Amino acid sequence: MNYLDRGARAIFLAELVSGMALTLRYFFRPKVTLNYPYEKGVLSPRFRGEHALRRYPNGEERCIACKLCEAICPAQAITIEAEPRDDGSRRTTRYDIDMVKCIYCGFCQEACPVDAIVEGPNFEFAAETREELLYDKDKLLSNGDRWETELAARLEADAPYR
Amino acid sequence: MADQNIQNYTLNFGPQHPAAHGVLRMVLEMDGEVIDRADPHIGLLHRGTEKLIEYKSYLQAVPYFDRLDYVAPQNQEHAFALAVEKLAGIEVPPRGQYIRVLYAEIGRILSHILNVTAYAMDVGAMTPMLWAFEHREHLMEFCERASGARLHMAYFRPGGVAQDVPLQLLEDIDKWADTYPAMIDDLESLLTGNRIFKQRTVDIGVATAEQAYDWGFTGPNLRACGIAWDLRKSQPYDGYEKFEFGVPIGKHGDCYDRYLMRIYEMRESVKIIKQCIANMPAGPAAADDHKFTPPKRSEMKQSMEALIHHFKLYTEGYHVPAGETYTAVEAPKGEFGVYLVSDGSNKPYRCKIRAPGFAHLQALDFLSRGHMLADVVANIGSLDVVFGEIDR
Repeated sequence: MNYLDRGARAIFLAELVSGMALTLRYFFRPKVTLNYPYEKGVLSPRFRGEHALRRYPNGEERCIACKLCEAICPAQAITIEAEPRDDGSRRTTRYDIDMVKCIYCGFCQEACPVDAIVEGPNFEFAAETREELLYDKDKLLSNGDRWETELAARLEADAPYR
Repeated sequence: MADQNIQNYTLNFGPQHPAAHGVLRMVLEMDGEVIDRADPHIGLLHRGTEKLIEYKSYLQAVPYFDRLDYVAPQNQEHAFALAVEKLAGIEVPPRGQYIRVLYAEIGRILSHILNVTAYAMDVGAMTPMLWAFEHREHLMEFCERASGARLHMAYFRPGGVAQDVPLQLLEDIDKWADTYPAMIDDLESLLTGNRIFKQRTVDIGVATAEQAYDWGFTGPNLRACGIAWDLRKSQPYDGYEKFEFGVPIGKHGDCYDRYLMRIYEMRESVKIIKQCIANMPAGPAAADDHKFTPPKRSEMKQSMEALIHHFKLYTEGYHVPAGETYTAVEAPKGEFGVYLVSDGSNKPYRCKIRAPGFAHLQALDFLSRGHMLADVVANIGSLDVVFGEIDR
């Protein structure tokens, strides 16, 4: 009987027909693909994207040049130079991130004691040349200014876990 | 007619061949369309990971493990975290262990989805990949919500995990785990009984149990040969002994059995994920010893001692007592081991990585001999090689 059953299944292409029926059912199901760039997937507050240097609400930059991010960076993508300013506060004179070297591990934002360097939600910063991806302090600060509302919301959402 | 002396034909397969997963280059010696000798050439993705780790502190070494088997990064980190914990004598709290087991199983499903569907595509079935990648997307979203990165998580740290999982994430994973078995059923109804798939895989690339032992097979490839060996059962780590799951065993050791192993392992992984979420203990997700794990930010802003710990951990790192350990985990592809030697400083003295794919790739020669050229593709797919870990 088993033999007959298997023979009949083989002759009538049972598994191929049932497979095709299944694909037909899938054909009429709602589509799950997203129409990027018009639709995008959701990102959590922890997403590690493009870097930004943040400022305090009064406009003063947060970074105090402690160089923890430079020390922890496994790819050695961060370069910092610092000296005291005229008002006596210690600030960076140079803050470069080589976005080509960066591996987006998020150790810099973990290390930063003042939440100055953060990895933001932006992942669409592709460039045509390598030079455009060597970020300097101006670029990072302007990133921070542009994304500040979102960065602050993300930090607040994630604060209970940090 | 005079006798003609016909020389074997040498075919260069890869490294830019779509069926040569990643950057595998093979020199095939062929007699007509039959393989006489398959000679895999490796090293095109060599980055010197082991040497680089010797110059990084223990925390900085974690992202390097993501980039070995980049299909299931968590499982590599797991091996390194366990090795460091063993040397330094760090106790991981139960919640940290459960989260790690949860994500290790997510990694296993990530890897098996990619392997099963890419393998099906290699032998001619395109649909499984289009369907199953929806679920892979969900899983990567779960990874992103916990760690911030879809792939290279850097989430398993010596001492626990980087951060506790956010609220609602566990419920969402649980909901997903209910839907996933139906997807496996659909994959199976397309592949398992399909005559085209079976013609391409049954009795292709047979490895006997003896050969599997000799060539250092581990993981699903070993179990397909009928040997019941799973590190999660034989030397449980991170509380795997508390979970109920089966270990599928094959019979024939051919490509078809290796495919079946992965399908059944995905079902078992879903069971582990369900148990993980149902029994998730409360408490901290990482060890409370601030000589090894950084303090909470709120604490760091308040207490001088915590701030000093924070600065120490992110500059010098921690010193691990001198000693050596070989710690292995059951990664999706097999036994992934880390041989870690510490000289008491803040950097590993030596970190040897035992990648399962390396041992499996060696078998390609004897598996392919006497088969047709097209069967080499089936063999590569069924062995589940990923070049990040082979070339490291």
